[in-house]
Amino acid sequence: MSAKQLSVFIENRQGRLGEVLNVLKNNDVNILSLSLADTTEYGLLRLIVNKPEIGKEKLAEQGFSTMLTAVLVIEIQHEAGSLQTLLEILSKRDINIEYMYGLSTNANRAFVVLKTSDLNKASDVLAEYGIKCLTSEDVCAL
Amino acid sequence: MIWNEKKECMSRDEMTALQSARLVKLVDYVYHNVEFYRKKMQNLGLLPSDIKGIEDISKLPFTTKDDLRDNYPFGLFAVPQSQIVRVHASSGTTGKATVVGYTRKDLDIWSECVARCLAMADVSKNDVIQVAYGYGLFTGGLGAHYGAEKIGAMVVPMSTGNTKKLTTMMLDFKATAIACTPSYLLHISEVLAEEGKLGELKLKTAICGAEPWTEKMHQDIERRLNIHAHDIYGLSEIMGPGVACDCIYNKGLHVCEDHFYPEILNSDTLTAVPDGEVGELVFTTLTKEGLPLIRYRTKDLTSIDRTPCECGRTSARISRFKGRVDDMLIIRGVNVFPSQVEAALAEVPEVSPHYVIVVDRVNNLDTLEIQVEVNPEYFTDEIRGLEKLNKKITHVISQALGLNPKVKIVEPQTLVRSQGKAVHVIDNRKLY
Repeated sequence: MSAKQLSVFIENRQGRLGEVLNVLKNNDVNILSLSLADTTEYGLLRLIVNKPEIGKEKLAEQGFSTMLTAVLVIEIQHEAGSLQTLLEILSKRDINIEYMYGLSTNANRAFVVLKTSDLNKASDVLAEYGIKCLTSEDVCAL
Repeated sequence: MIWNEKKECMSRDEMTALQSARLVKLVDYVYHNVEFYRKKMQNLGLLPSDIKGIEDISKLPFTTKDDLRDNYPFGLFAVPQSQIVRVHASSGTTGKATVVGYTRKDLDIWSECVARCLAMADVSKNDVIQVAYGYGLFTGGLGAHYGAEKIGAMVVPMSTGNTKKLTTMMLDFKATAIACTPSYLLHISEVLAEEGKLGELKLKTAICGAEPWTEKMHQDIERRLNIHAHDIYGLSEIMGPGVACDCIYNKGLHVCEDHFYPEILNSDTLTAVPDGEVGELVFTTLTKEGLPLIRYRTKDLTSIDRTPCECGRTSARISRFKGRVDDMLIIRGVNVFPSQVEAALAEVPEVSPHYVIVVDRVNNLDTLEIQVEVNPEYFTDEIRGLEKLNKKITHVISQALGLNPKVKIVEPQTLVRSQGKAVHVIDNRKLY
């Protein structure tokens, strides 16, 4: 089980990030979490939003390179060491983390968003440990 | 010093007579030895006997770089391969290189022409000259090398690529002359200045070519290094460096016109413009055996002055170049056609056919940036994937151009799509 992440390619130009956010705002797409990976030339904006398909469509209309990527959204204990425990499980089974960022809600709960080498395998491994991955619907309901 | 006073200082009448005799011979030679020219002349209803002197040159057909491409590699050679002793090659407008071949006599004449140019730059057998043009298929290195050997100077075949070694040897060998591109010489002067070693230089003269340069660059080089800097011109199709060079009076480049007959034409009507007016430079090789060319369109813009020079030479002088008729760029001395970039990118399905070439000059060295758009279906949200794509594009372009570009991936639909002829080049250097 996985959730959809909205990824957007942004050149390092002034105001470009603002333009992405503007498109999302105008289409009532709410951002639940985000991560911005940057190089000297460009950035990759990765977003967990309430309406990923609409976000992708509207951004593409405005000429942005976008895609929906499957990622794992996993709830972890809001305490020291819990993220490490999770990563050890994946590491032991030779699953690599491509990238990762946090997602939090107004309740005292903690989540991580993970992109791994083999997403299905990661999801299965986590299930063996009783760790559930959230779907996009689950995420929206948080 | 004048290397060949007999040829470089002959009267206009004598020169015209020599050119006429050589043109008549050349036309007869190509008619009988190069099918391409025979057919072209037949199409125009021309026989060799119709060309009685240099005044008849306008009757003859033109030759272009595309003709060389269409006859790749050896189709325009006038001699059997056994008589060719060397080939060189330069960028073609597409993937194919332009190949030129030389007989032993051609190489002798080339050395003679380069020797004349070096003598204009006051190089003699007493000099130590570093040749810092690329050695190889490019004509710059070997061309300058053989001319300098003919003069009897001590030649240091540096080639390009190692500035540290070059400056060290420049000082240790007490080099008095250098042949390289003007932008590279400026770069060398900065390296030496940073090391505080400008004062130790024995350099007195530089022979710079392979790229256009402004009068300001010329003055900068002379002032910074306290030397005379000379502009040498040539193109592989005609011979290589040594077609023309300026003397210490800096009043235009003396053309070796007993070997290369220059015409300045209006590039639209292809008719002669009066002396002093700017037009396209067209050359006819009067003495070449391997690859003789009739009215080759250089696409370079210049004007001509046939009055005698203060230096004593009577050879026609062409002015500092005013630009190009076509879209060819000269980057770090390498000829680059936007169409080459286009052809290279066509091999990469991940990118759209739209591209922009940005050329600039940073610290006196040319920079080349190619901006490309990624096709939406190949978009990836992993930096690793984008970097891999960037490397792939860089590799393809560097293979095509012989130059390492910086590739910049930009957002889709951001590169300008102009109506009709697309604007693919932004050249921020001020070269003309």
